[in-house]
Parts: sequence; structure tokens; C-alpha cells
Amino acid sequence: MPTVTAVVVGAGHCGLAMSRHLTSRSIDHVVLERGEVAQSWRTQRWDSLRLLTPNWMTRLPGWEYGGDDPDGFLSAGEVADLVAGYAEASAAPVVTGATVTAVRPGPGGFEVDTDQGRWTARTVVLAAGATRAFVPAVARRLPGLASMTALQYRHPEQLPEGGVLVVGGSASGVQIADELQRSGRQVTLSVGEHVRVPRTYRGRDILWWLDHLGILDERWDEVDDVVRARHLPSLQLVGAAHTLDLNTLQARGVRVVGRFAGIRDGVAQLSGALTNVCVLADLKLGRLLSTIDEYAGGRGDRPEPTRLRERPPLGLPLHTGELRSIVWATGIGPDFSWVDVPVFDHRGRLLHEGGVTRWPGLYVLGLPMLRRRRSTYLDGARLDVADLAAHLTDSLQEAS
Amino acid sequence: MTITAPIDNGVNVEALLGARAALAETPEIAQFTWRSSVSWINGTHSRSEVESFYGFSDEQVHHQSFTIDADHPLQFAAQDIGPTPVEYVLVGLGACLTAGVAAVAQQREIQLRSVRATLSADMDIHGILGADPDVRNGFSGVKVDYEIDADASAEDIEALVAQSQKRSAVFDIVANPTDVTVTVV
Repeated sequence: MPTVTAVVVGAGHCGLAMSRHLTSRSIDHVVLERGEVAQSWRTQRWDSLRLLTPNWMTRLPGWEYGGDDPDGFLSAGEVADLVAGYAEASAAPVVTGATVTAVRPGPGGFEVDTDQGRWTARTVVLAAGATRAFVPAVARRLPGLASMTALQYRHPEQLPEGGVLVVGGSASGVQIADELQRSGRQVTLSVGEHVRVPRTYRGRDILWWLDHLGILDERWDEVDDVVRARHLPSLQLVGAAHTLDLNTLQARGVRVVGRFAGIRDGVAQLSGALTNVCVLADLKLGRLLSTIDEYAGGRGDRPEPTRLRERPPLGLPLHTGELRSIVWATGIGPDFSWVDVPVFDHRGRLLHEGGVTRWPGLYVLGLPMLRRRRSTYLDGARLDVADLAAHLTDSLQEAS
Repeated sequence: MTITAPIDNGVNVEALLGARAALAETPEIAQFTWRSSVSWINGTHSRSEVESFYGFSDEQVHHQSFTIDADHPLQFAAQDIGPTPVEYVLVGLGACLTAGVAAVAQQREIQLRSVRATLSADMDIHGILGADPDVRNGFSGVKVDYEIDADASAEDIEALVAQSQKRSAVFDIVANPTDVTVTVV
């Protein structure tokens, strides 16, 4: 039974960034990985996906983008290669093909069970990524319709010809809707609360502004409502030079309808609150752009308000043949089902303060707004990991 | 320096935020049940009573029992003793959104001077008369128009009204499906 000071679960960018810090602090550790390094980027991303953040924001501890296209966006495959190269350059102690099946308190700290045997460790860092798709319960019983999640989606040819319902108006949903509509399928996009942003404003990428104005550095313990901040839908963006919003999608023929509310008598029921969620998104967009204007002076060209068809339908018959498939882009999140440590609330959500759980020695990485808004993006890992590696090191020293 | 009066829309925001904080500790107190009872009087005239509800882990009562008459207009060959049930839906929606406007304004430190909304709902009565199977019984659409006088910009007032919809129970009930079970006991 191998023993190490620290086990890091997951060899994605977060786990490897932590490994690099642990190595520099001479803390012996292992990075356990269910598949290959950057597994999710290889197996749970669609073919055309690119990072939402520009290349200059692709930064890891001891590594930054040095290519000739700082304003471009890495493809999923390029991210996977980058992360693999980073693991190699860091000489990270990765054990691949070892799926963690349980983490539980044990003598001296923790027992970490894998399908390749048990490890013991004084401290454990959960960096397993967002590998689980959230779908409504009704998604499991849809006879006659091809149905898949955004994590399973690769390219349009996976779906039958004919109409497709894409559920979800955040980054994944709008990108998949756009791609499917371009493939010749009639797309209906079901949209709930979403965060609308233009790709660029006043000649700069929107993430340049968020970075420059310090918005990405707003801390979890300083914002008004951290629960809300952590549950905000992802920015409605695509990793490309252009804006992709409900107006552009409708101009390409996508039908925009309200939030998917359930199924009754073979009819998908759609919320009548679509107008309000669009108004809310436009108002929030307006406030963000006003913040930029206050900083920069003057006023930039504002995007058009979201325009909707006069009366979006409230029901969508599922079995008339018009609709042939559904893609659920209704959110992804971590799977902590193998974490057998009492750090969850009554609804099974992992409780933590900026990545520090209430169980001494157990840490988590790679969650939206873990310690700052930047945590949501690849670029957040370097700062979060520096903070948590310091906390982890201090705790080890106190305990010994 | 000008001294401004504290913002007061008559909403106890601290109590509401306190309740939300308490929910984190004891989530079960959030489970509420609302009730009314109704008796047929005559024709389309009925009388409903509202008195008790369940919440905060206990049985609760209003400080008085409320009695509400509903009927249909003379034009439907009824007695018009009270508003029609569909008008009560508009009453509920308008009251809920307006309470929300006041609460959100209080939290955002916006002093309200007047808030008035007019509500209208279109309906094709082919549906309720069973005269056309393609027409639904309920509203084909609802419109709510607010006129608000407050110490705030037009954009802030628009945001106030949008946020009130986002947090409104009746807006959700009207805009989204709800499972309804009716039995005879």
C-alpha cells in the first residue's frame, strides 16, 4: 500500500498545476488519473470546441503562451496537447489509468482507493474536473428521439437528419445550436437564464476588459452572493472572433423558445418567461458595458437588444416526426460520488471555503469561482493553486 | 452635504434576508403549504376561504380568515357577485409582482413614490366553451404594464421590474407548468 504525503486526483490543468507547486515545495505526491493526461479534453469535448478565453490568457504556473496568435483560441485538441506537454515538462508524478473509486478518512489522513490499488496520504486534492452532465429526469425516457448531452456530442453527423432541440442557452448550447443549424438541421434552442456578452467591445476582447478591470480577480469571500456567483451560467461566447448570441442565431434560422420545463402528453413544455430572461440578460449586459465605459470614458457601440419572435411557442410536440433529436446543454459539474468524507450539505453539494473543505487536509480545485471569478477559466488555476498549495503546506507543518 | 431620509418602502428586507440565512441552517423550514377552501353557493357563485397555511415547520394562521366571492358577469347570464376566477389570477399576478417590486427596491435602496400596474389577459372562449379543440382554455397571453415613480433611472426601474418577475411565485406559476391533481374524496 503506497504512502505519499499528498494525492492529487485528476491530471488536468488544475491537478498538474498543483503538482508543480508541490514539487517545488518538495512535497512527495502522486497525481492519479482515470485515463490519460487531459482525459476530459480528449474524450468529453466536441470536435469544433475552442477555449472561450484568448491564448494570452492561457497561463499555468511556470508556463505561458508564447505563440504568434495571442488573440486566437486553442482548440480542445490543442489544450489536451498543451496539458500533456506541461505534465512532461513538469515531470509530474502521474499514474495514468488509475480510476479513484473512494476517498475516505483513514489512519494518518486519507485512504484513496483506485482500481489499481489503495494509496494512503496525509492530504488529498480533488481536481477531477467537471465530468458529469446535468440533465432533467425526463431526458431518460424519450422514446423515438436520439438524445445526448453536450459531453457526449462530437459533431452533427452523430444526430439523425431533421429537427433538433438544443436545451441550454449558455456557451455550449449556443455553439452546438449554431453548428447543427449550419449542418442543415432545423434547430430549436430552449433558453433560460443566460449571461449575454459580446465577443469584443470597443476593439478589445470582452475577457481583456474583465481581466483589465479586475472583475476576474473579485474574490469569493468579497462578492455579495457567492452562491449565486458560483451558479451563474457560463458566458454566452464562442472561442472565435465573432459574437454568438440569440440575435445571430435567429438570423441563421434557429428558433428560440423558453426554458424547457417538462414533458406532458408527448409535448415539451416551454416557459413563458423567455422575454424576461432576455430582458434580464440585456440589462446585465448593459451594466457591464457601462462599467467598461466609466473606466474608458465615452460610450461604445452597444449591441442590439435581444429580439424575439412575436410569440415563442409554449409547447413543442416531440413525436410528430419534425423533431428527431435532443441535445442537453444544461450544465456540467463535478462528480464527487466517490468522496466518502462528510463535507457535503443536505443537497449533496460539496462545502468549501475557497477550495478548503472543513475536513482538514481535503482540498478541491477547478470549480467555478472557487476563489475568484478567474477560477472558472483555465487561467484561474495558477492563482488558486498558489493559494491552496500555501495553505496545504502550512497545515502539514502545523500538524508535524 | 445633504442629509437624505433612509429609504423606506415599508419592506423589512433584514427579516427576508434573515429568513434566507436561516434556511441554510435548517432547510426544512422552507417547506410551505398554501391552502384555500371553496364552497359552491349558487350558479357560478362560489365562496372561498383562506385562513391557515403551513410553514416554518409549523401550522400557521392569518390574523383573520379571509372570504372571497367569485362569480361570472351578467353577460354570461350569471349574478356577477364577485370577479371571475381568471381575474383572480390577474389579481394574484399583479399583487405578487408589485410586492416584489417593493422588496427589490428596498434592497436596492430605491425609494418608491408610486407603483401602478395594469394587467390584461387575452382569451379565446372557444376553448372553455368546447367549441374548438385547437384553442386552449386559458390565456393566450398576459400583459402587465407598470408605471413607476421612484428615485431611480429608467434603466434601474426596468431592472427592478425584471428582477421582480425573476423572484415572483405567481409569475412562475403562470409562465411555467405545474402538476395539478384533482380528486374526489
